[in-house]
Amino acid sequence: MNDMVGIVIVSHSKDIAKGTADMVRQMVGNEVKVAFCGGDPDGGLGTNVSLIIDAINNAWSPKGVAILVDLGGAETNSEMAVEMLQPERQNLVVVCNAPIVEGAVMAATEAASGSTLEQVRAVAEELSAG
Amino acid sequence: MPLQPETLKSLVKAAAEQVIASAPELTALDQAIGDGDHGSNMKRGFEAVLGNLDTIGAQPLDEAFKTIGKTLVMTVGGASGPLYGSFFLAVGEALRGKQLPDDLADVFGCGVGAVSMRGRSQAGEKTMLDVLLPVLETLRAEAARPDLIELVRATATEAVARTVPMQATKGRASFLGARSVGHVDPGARSSCVLVHAVCNSLEARQ
Repeated sequence: MNDMVGIVIVSHSKDIAKGTADMVRQMVGNEVKVAFCGGDPDGGLGTNVSLIIDAINNAWSPKGVAILVDLGGAETNSEMAVEMLQPERQNLVVVCNAPIVEGAVMAATEAASGSTLEQVRAVAEELSAG
Repeated sequence: MPLQPETLKSLVKAAAEQVIASAPELTALDQAIGDGDHGSNMKRGFEAVLGNLDTIGAQPLDEAFKTIGKTLVMTVGGASGPLYGSFFLAVGEALRGKQLPDDLADVFGCGVGAVSMRGRSQAGEKTMLDVLLPVLETLRAEAARPDLIELVRATATEAVARTVPMQATKGRASFLGARSVGHVDPGARSSCVLVHAVCNSLEARQ
């Protein structure tokens, strides 16, 4: 009943990912599960499929998970991570085409009201519709 | 004679070592039009492949290619991880019921198709596909030629040079717009390094 779509933030920089998650928690509260990751496997700037998979699992909700990304590699690696999840989870994760900070805040706000994954994604993506 | 796991092992070792040795060059190319991490990312990925070499050599070919793909996906850290990873995963998938070297062009084609889908990219967009697609063309058109290895190597070299006047519309380099013109694409160059390493290693075994 209280399930809410989870939010995952994937940046090339762990600091940006963490900062974005902090903003979401302050503005939306703690009832929406928010996970974040950033950095390549050596801790430099980049993204990392196994950390993204962990973040998706940490933010998991039966209603699904919306991922917000920054630049190209974050998107490609997030799509790859989704394909490596258990098959029954793959259709319940979306990568939103939205700016990372604003998108995460909007998506989490929408998720907090109990919306579906598609509604959460649509609200985040309105930001890029211009 | 079909490709033997032992031969694959030596090809993979040669290719990985060559990519690792090319890391500074790939990084320099990527600093010009990308974010400067292509060399270190590829080096990390192929070092991990070298670390799995014994597993790769002990597996059936289709599984061996999937291990390479999965290793790259999990360790490279940039967009090139899923791109090269998808290539090897798709090659592994395609090898079920097919044989190397007889079905080389078909199998290579499946790998190239996976890169295109993963990157949502086509020819002429200043990416690794601008090397992989011409190489595929040569494999298809010239399969019967005794000097196929030489032709493939030359195709890859020429294809890299042709990325210089291209304008990037995919990947980080696309942010530069017209300023990406005049530079070699780093992904095209790393694909060329891999193709050359495999060609050289095959030639040395003949």
